[in-house]
Amino acid sequence: QDTQEKESLPPERAEEAKLKAKYPNLGQKPGGSDFLMKRLQKGQKYFDSGDYNMAKAKMKNKQLPSAGPDKNLVTGDHIPTPQDLPQRKSSLVTSKLAG
Amino acid sequence: ADIISTVEFNYSGDLLATGDKGGRVVIFQREQENKSRPHSRGEYNVYSTFQSHEPEFDYLKSLEIEEKINKIRWLPQQNAAHFLLSTNDKTIKLWKISERDKRAEGYNLKDEDGRLRDPFRITALRVPILKPMDLMVEASPRRIFANAHTYHINSISVNSDHETYLSADDLRINLWHLEITDRSFNIVDIKPANMEELTEVITAAEFHPHHCNVFVYSSSKGTIRLCDMRSSALCDRHSKFFEEPEDPSSRSFFSEIISSISDVKFSHSGRYMMTRDYLSVKVWDLNMENRPVETYQVHEYLRSKLCSLYENDCIFDKFECCWNGSDSAIMTGSYNNFFRMFDRNTRRDVTLEASRESSKPRAILKPRKVCTGGKRKKDEISVDSLDFNKKILHTAWHPVENIIAVAATNNLYIFQDKIN
Repeated sequence: QDTQEKESLPPERAEEAKLKAKYPNLGQKPGGSDFLMKRLQKGQKYFDSGDYNMAKAKMKNKQLPSAGPDKNLVTGDHIPTPQDLPQRKSSLVTSKLAG
Repeated sequence: ADIISTVEFNYSGDLLATGDKGGRVVIFQREQENKSRPHSRGEYNVYSTFQSHEPEFDYLKSLEIEEKINKIRWLPQQNAAHFLLSTNDKTIKLWKISERDKRAEGYNLKDEDGRLRDPFRITALRVPILKPMDLMVEASPRRIFANAHTYHINSISVNSDHETYLSADDLRINLWHLEITDRSFNIVDIKPANMEELTEVITAAEFHPHHCNVFVYSSSKGTIRLCDMRSSALCDRHSKFFEEPEDPSSRSFFSEIISSISDVKFSHSGRYMMTRDYLSVKVWDLNMENRPVETYQVHEYLRSKLCSLYENDCIFDKFECCWNGSDSAIMTGSYNNFFRMFDRNTRRDVTLEASRESSKPRAILKPRKVCTGGKRKKDEISVDSLDFNKKILHTAWHPVENIIAVAATNNLYIFQDKIN
């Protein structure tokens, strides 16, 4: 199977074909700004009560912008709700206020 | 114990500092060689532990600021105390680590247990005397350099002038004076006016070891820029631009991602620099910008696994690299708790493993081999059996001797040269 791959495509291209088969909507520019924006934010999800309440109000009239299964997306496909957010891990040092 | 996020020897190699995801710094000290046991060289034991950074919350942006220590850099020692810089995503702190082995006794106004003496009962004055006490190592924050970075700090580097240092985030590099905390100079700014035009970010930066006006920074596109602070105040225009030409026929979706440089380190001599990208380590001669002088493959067998490495985000792992004291060897980490060492002179390389199961203390490490195809020999491990959660991202080499520190997730391994 290995020799067959070498004849048809170099390994990197073969991997690229695999990825495109799984995610057909993958951005045309791999190093484009979407990808870098995600890097700048480091994938930090945050809860903005203003956005959340605005979105709740608008949901009746308009659909939330849908992003599709694009892997390069920055914040995900919906505005996070309090239930969505992962529990913040407790720090090693406990607060002096705790018993 | 928490995941180790940075490892760094000090200038003499007697101290080794580690930072972790929980914001703690642990410093190890090398024990003096024991004359009664001449065959056992100095081992490293815990010297000091302190909480450097705490988690914070940016209320304006509703963002949590992680307490994880991204980098530690030691200052050269100037007196009995030791100083180091430690940084998280946003704030750099200068810590002083000092020893106290004496305490004053015989105060006039208070008893030995601290209770105040009644001043009317005091009939004679005495001079307090210093008495030895058990060694206490204290760490105190001497400077806090805050609020200068909009994006996440990835590097700090102390200048050879011992007065200034730089800090770099994704888009900007700032120059600080160690004594001044309320101001810093911005020396590089690659933020485009329109963020839609963003094409690359800064991934690492370092000052030249001897020339205090020269520094380099690497990018996510696999390029390195060398800047000279004498030429202008804002170093947006580089003095030298290092990039290896790419073969356009081999370009793929992954090309740019795997070319992203995760670490850049000057050699001790100052003549070369080394860069680490996803699959290789490259040594560059500062006088030659168009290609590296040496390229070492770290784990080329991963090239045919890029699809799954992209899906599990491993392709974005940031490996560091380091030189030995004489610049004759380089080391970098890989997966499965493997790390690789390359001898630049003999061109020999070795793969070793940092794990408790694979070796007993003081046993000689056995070289490992990854089977890339065909029949797997005994003792070899196949690519598909590699554990990609066991990554060695942080390694350090003693500045003089052949002692290395390897961080494997939340364990620290210290290896020494075999003594005959």
